[in-house]
Amino acid sequence: MTTTFPASSKSLHFNPSLKRNRLDQFLTGLAGVFSTIAVLPLILVLLYVLIQGGRLISIGLFTQLPPAPGLDGGGIGNALIGTVVVTLIASLIAIPVGVGGGVFLAEYSSGGWFAQFIRVGNDILAGVPSIIAGIFVYGAIVATRVFFGQSYTAAAGGLALAVLMLPTVIKTTDEGLKLVPRELTWGAIGVGASKFVTVTRITLPSAFTPIATGVVLAIARAAGETAPLIFTALFSPFWPEGLFNPIATMSVLIFNFAIMPFEPQNELAWAASFVLVVMILAANLFARWLRRFAAK
Amino acid sequence: MTSTKQATPATNTCLALENVSISYGSFEAVRNVHMDIPAGKVTAFIGPSGCGKSTVLRALNRMNDLIEGCTLKGRVVFDAQNIYAKEVDPVEVRRRIGMVFQKPNPFPKSIYENIAFGARINGYKGDMDELVERSLRKAFIWDETKDKLKESGNALSGGQQQRLCIARAIAVEPEVILMDEPCSALDPISTLKIEELMHELKKTFSIVIVTHNMQQAVRVSDQTAFFNAEAVEGGSGKVGYLVEFNETERIFNAPVQQATQDYVTGRFG
Repeated sequence: MTTTFPASSKSLHFNPSLKRNRLDQFLTGLAGVFSTIAVLPLILVLLYVLIQGGRLISIGLFTQLPPAPGLDGGGIGNALIGTVVVTLIASLIAIPVGVGGGVFLAEYSSGGWFAQFIRVGNDILAGVPSIIAGIFVYGAIVATRVFFGQSYTAAAGGLALAVLMLPTVIKTTDEGLKLVPRELTWGAIGVGASKFVTVTRITLPSAFTPIATGVVLAIARAAGETAPLIFTALFSPFWPEGLFNPIATMSVLIFNFAIMPFEPQNELAWAASFVLVVMILAANLFARWLRRFAAK
Repeated sequence: MTSTKQATPATNTCLALENVSISYGSFEAVRNVHMDIPAGKVTAFIGPSGCGKSTVLRALNRMNDLIEGCTLKGRVVFDAQNIYAKEVDPVEVRRRIGMVFQKPNPFPKSIYENIAFGARINGYKGDMDELVERSLRKAFIWDETKDKLKESGNALSGGQQQRLCIARAIAVEPEVILMDEPCSALDPISTLKIEELMHELKKTFSIVIVTHNMQQAVRVSDQTAFFNAEAVEGGSGKVGYLVEFNETERIFNAPVQQATQDYVTGRFG
């Protein structure tokens, strides 16, 4: 009986000189190199920020105002508060509107043209560069001075960030609700629950975790945005003076101070970068924890 | 196609279907169903897959409203009112005609809250603890759950979950309970428990059950409706219709229609 297969040595041992094994090793190595290069920026950016900013962390950093140009010391206290304030305004607008919109899409719309239009529009809005959100709010609110004749305000900055957060919140709510088993909804309807009671008492609580995760990620993204804030919230070297005045934020502080020709300001920019990175990292970890909490 | 009205039994009618046809979009699922479902009895719907028996069941408490494009022609009369009349609120219908589903679907809440939910949204003013205990007792699940009322309903076994769902349905004191293949996801022992439960429940409620299991229909039901589907000229796919509706004993031992005879003796389906 003849065979067309090459004569093998009958050995079952691994033979490194075979062509397929050599190619295998080569490609494994290549994939390893590329993945290392891929994570390099991540590690370098984080390390660089941690080293450059981390050494500047002190209590004064969080409690003091930035120094006037030419002076030493100071902190980023006002920008820290400003970022929290602006993000809070954005969340207060984007979460109710976004969750409400998501509930409409997933529970109330019947997939007609209006719902389709919102879904597609929402996806497009999610991809719109953040500076467009800024210029929109600038044109609509800052330039027209609708807020008590004020131009640049914390409220305008919050609105710009809300525009950025909205698509993420709508999308995660919509998809989170769609993941709730239909049987659960039927169960509630079957014992005589109205649509509203079903959504608020059964469906929304069941989808709490995916929605909360999406919201946390949206907040983390908004907190780090610079472009929409530059010409809405502007900046202020002073402590925040209410919602209808310009306000300092961390991202704009970094933008302003990093390019100044003064060493103390450059250092503060690094310190602010460090704090911002840690805040966003914490938000992401919290979102991951939420997700794991749900998996249980 | 048979659409003859069957002889009405001497008992009170609980739900009357008058020339009911149900369509999903342009696809007609069931055509010209006439039947009088008796009160205080167990009525079983049997038939091969796709014959529309679940569709008809879900039409009885307007669950089909939740399905996009599902329309019903004809009348479904309950308590002297057509439940498909314009002024009828489907929420009110479902409060009086409860439902148990194929897959056990307890709410992701505690066992206690699963029962209390329906009562609360229906404005129950009495002693909630007492209602929860009574409902769980009626569903034969009190002994298994009395020490863990605060635990999640999802922690129970499949059979226990289904009995919890039955307890949830009876807690709002409906007049009719619809069951859509309630045992198809359960093991034989759990199935047996639910069948025993049905014998007990029919003293208080009218029950309509869809089942794929003919033995189950024989064991639990007083009346049986046999549905079948056949291709019609000009139609897209098969259309379901009611072949025969009579006392269970007659359906299984002396059916009038040949199709029923073939089905119950296992020659098809």
